[in-house]
Amino acid sequence: MKPDNVRGKNLDKKGFEEATRVKYDLKAEYAYDMGYAVSRYLMGLKAGKIVGIKCHKCGRILVPPRAFCEQCYVPIDDFVELSGRGRVNTFSISYVKWDASRVEKPEIPAVIELEGASPGVGILHVLGEVDPKDVHVGMEVEAVFKEEQDRKGEITDILYFRPVK
Amino acid sequence: MGLKLRRKVAVIGAGLTKFMRRALETGRELSFYAARQALDSAGLRFKDIESVVISTAPDAFDGVHMKTEWLADGCGSFHRPYLRGYVGGGSGVFALIQGWYMVASGMFDTCLVVAEEKMSSCQPHPQGAFNTIFDHTLERDLGVNLLWIFALEMNRYMQVHKLGLEEIALVSVKNKKNALDHPSAQIPKAVTVEEVLASEVMAWPVHRLMVSPTTDGAGAVVMASEDVARRVCDKPVWVEGVGWCLDSAFWTNRDLYYPDYVEKAAKMAYEMAGITDPRREIHIAEPYDPFAYKELHHLEGLGLADRGQAPKLLAKGFFDRDGDLPSCPSGGLLGVGNPIAAAGMMKCCELFWQLRGEAGKRQVSRPVKRGVAQAWGDLMQVGTVIVLGV
Amino acid sequence: MKDVFIIGVGVVPARPLSPEVSYRELIFEAAIKAYEDAGITNKDVETFVAASEDFNEGVSIFDEYVPDQIGAVLKPVHTIGGDGLMALSAAYLQIATGGFRIAFVESHSKLSNLLTQEHIEEFALDPIYFRNTRLDPKFLAGLDMQSYMARSFAPCDAFANVVCAHRKNAMKNPVAGYPAWLTPEGVLATKPVATPLLDGMCAKPADGACCVILANRDVAEACKRAVAIDGIAFYTAEPHPDTWKWGYAIYAELCAKKAYKMAGIESPESEVDLVEADDRFPHKFFEHLEALRLSKPFEGYKDFANGKFSKKGQVPANLSGGHLGIGMMHEATCLYQLAFAVKQLRGEAGEAQLGKVDCAVVQSWRGLPTQTGALAVLRRWG
Repeated sequence: MKPDNVRGKNLDKKGFEEATRVKYDLKAEYAYDMGYAVSRYLMGLKAGKIVGIKCHKCGRILVPPRAFCEQCYVPIDDFVELSGRGRVNTFSISYVKWDASRVEKPEIPAVIELEGASPGVGILHVLGEVDPKDVHVGMEVEAVFKEEQDRKGEITDILYFRPVK
Repeated sequence: MGLKLRRKVAVIGAGLTKFMRRALETGRELSFYAARQALDSAGLRFKDIESVVISTAPDAFDGVHMKTEWLADGCGSFHRPYLRGYVGGGSGVFALIQGWYMVASGMFDTCLVVAEEKMSSCQPHPQGAFNTIFDHTLERDLGVNLLWIFALEMNRYMQVHKLGLEEIALVSVKNKKNALDHPSAQIPKAVTVEEVLASEVMAWPVHRLMVSPTTDGAGAVVMASEDVARRVCDKPVWVEGVGWCLDSAFWTNRDLYYPDYVEKAAKMAYEMAGITDPRREIHIAEPYDPFAYKELHHLEGLGLADRGQAPKLLAKGFFDRDGDLPSCPSGGLLGVGNPIAAAGMMKCCELFWQLRGEAGKRQVSRPVKRGVAQAWGDLMQVGTVIVLGV
Repeated sequence: MKDVFIIGVGVVPARPLSPEVSYRELIFEAAIKAYEDAGITNKDVETFVAASEDFNEGVSIFDEYVPDQIGAVLKPVHTIGGDGLMALSAAYLQIATGGFRIAFVESHSKLSNLLTQEHIEEFALDPIYFRNTRLDPKFLAGLDMQSYMARSFAPCDAFANVVCAHRKNAMKNPVAGYPAWLTPEGVLATKPVATPLLDGMCAKPADGACCVILANRDVAEACKRAVAIDGIAFYTAEPHPDTWKWGYAIYAELCAKKAYKMAGIESPESEVDLVEADDRFPHKFFEHLEALRLSKPFEGYKDFANGKFSKKGQVPANLSGGHLGIGMMHEATCLYQLAFAVKQLRGEAGEAQLGKVDCAVVQSWRGLPTQTGALAVLRRWG
């Protein structure tokens, strides 16, 4: 039966610790240029606002903003301020962090379709001030920003989205 | 594609290593095992290989920048044309597509196609490296991990089609059981729906037994032009169609419930193969199943089930090994393991052996002359599809 | 048999920093210039190939971020882990299958965003056998240059002269990032990196983007300014420094043998009108010229000193400025050199125009610590 003679020796955790290994810590540091469109978005976040952009050709209102519409393939530059509210398009309840460690209190990532943007256009963020059991697709939410003096022009200037009361 | 292709290409040999959680061997050694086995199974000598294709997913896992340069000797690329095509997780099937265009171009008569992955090098856990696939400004700081994006897609798929978790758990049951017969399998096991649903909730709705593991492993095939294939191989497996498609990086602007990128890639491959009715003309499928729901998602994108209907067909046994359209008879990523690029290669190797009747205990009941293998990758973006036939 | 043609190129000015644009915006500019030059739109393109390496970008699975700015959403797109000329080779192969009419090739660099370049270069070395030196990986270039000097007896200023000549050539190339009027003494006074290699002899990093559009014969015939790709090859020679043939560029020899045969070139010195070779280190420039049979082994530096490779010489070389004059952009510089060669073949190179150019050779190397490179033979057509 194929495949035959499969080769390879598996190590368990202990075997891995005891095997001859070389350790290397990589120093990989980057300073990414934001460019024209994302800079406006981040400046907007610093000011406590969510900024989108409109394509004059297809009429879509897009977020995060970009310097060209990827469907019409034309440069665009008509920035639009959005309300900061939206609806949950999909969500998850995660007990595993990015480094595979487990947590008791889950994180609730979600794709939030923003009000004022075209249908289906959303951003990734997390939900807060909500019991995981109550989260549902279609739930209306609003952005909760950090205090003005703590905002830096980063996506984390929005702490989370919470259900609209 | 609509134009006249210059020449036909066949797969004439295949090899796989064991799929393991932590291999003792280095990436170069794993590549050698697979490449050597493929070469031997094709009955060719090393000097008959005119070119080499390597596919392997992020360098971050092996811990070497430009890692294919480092893997070159293990892959048989010494004083040879050597090319690395890269489409994230789709690379395993894309490797054969690239091998196809290397040979179909007329520039090479033979091509050794290798796929390798050594995820265990990345410490403390390979999963951490996935944070870097997300947007460096707008997503990484949220602590995003790969489980999130799959869970978000799975939830959307379930919501739109009103599916229950038990329907999806059946995929894990089928694949992990199929893998019991695969010699390379990492964690084959007979599990029940109850066990799947009782397993740890990682990122709801994803349970632990619905996720494929991180794996080290390698696979390889030898591809050849029609002349060479007919001379050296008793039963060449022909490349009948290839297709690949990459969607926008703005994944949060797309409705994730349906994989457009798989549909378009499949259409491209079916058109080249002259297939107008895939459900009749495809006899066996190996769609990519890193998470249980993904197999269903992809079967629909491949046109092998109506949208939302794949779970119903699965429940009826339609996709079992003895069903009408066996899907993942190998055991898939859920059963055999997920060394990203090598996993897609494993699926292509499975089709190779099934179409030649060499799959032993895994051999599907119905006669097979044509199969489709598909891989997925990136931020819910890439579909790579190949149609193989005898 | 001429199968594949270049119908458009788009280049943005290379420069050490580009803080006002993101990589997306930089590539978008190069892409629309290429479409404009070819007279087509993104909808006409059937397959897209990009060249990139994750750790140069700071993003894993960089191909995720390729389609949007080149107009390739929901189209066949893939990346090649190789330099721009290797990506171009992949596009060439796809058109040669007969299944694709038009292919788009993209390359770019945002090296200014990578703050720890030497660490990433070290990261490319074998972790078990070669990283333990903990030296700037350019020590490998130092060893190679030492070997070249020992066999050729080339004096130090031979290498400094290459730097001066190419950075001066860059002054006539409007997209070059490092045009300068230097003196050999100035170059030789710079700090050592790994003797005999000095800092002034190393090409400096730059940001930029270059896109090239390829097409089959039918499309090329409709387009007035197509250039033919007569020969193309890519090779990997010895993968690890312990088996390198120091002082030589075997990958370039293998490429030249194959591509010249495809193009029907038997005596390159008299048949090639322009060569654009990788010159990120001057000793590599000589090794490449010798591998391309434009000079005898270990005599490249002598021919250079005699003016064989100057604008008025027998085989003008690196009139674009090469890596030294344009900037070292990993995947992209070789395509800048290709774009320059294309303009020469079309007669559109302005101040730098050579006169009538019929045959140009563009050669690339992936850089340290590889022995991988590619080569293309381009010919005027129509």
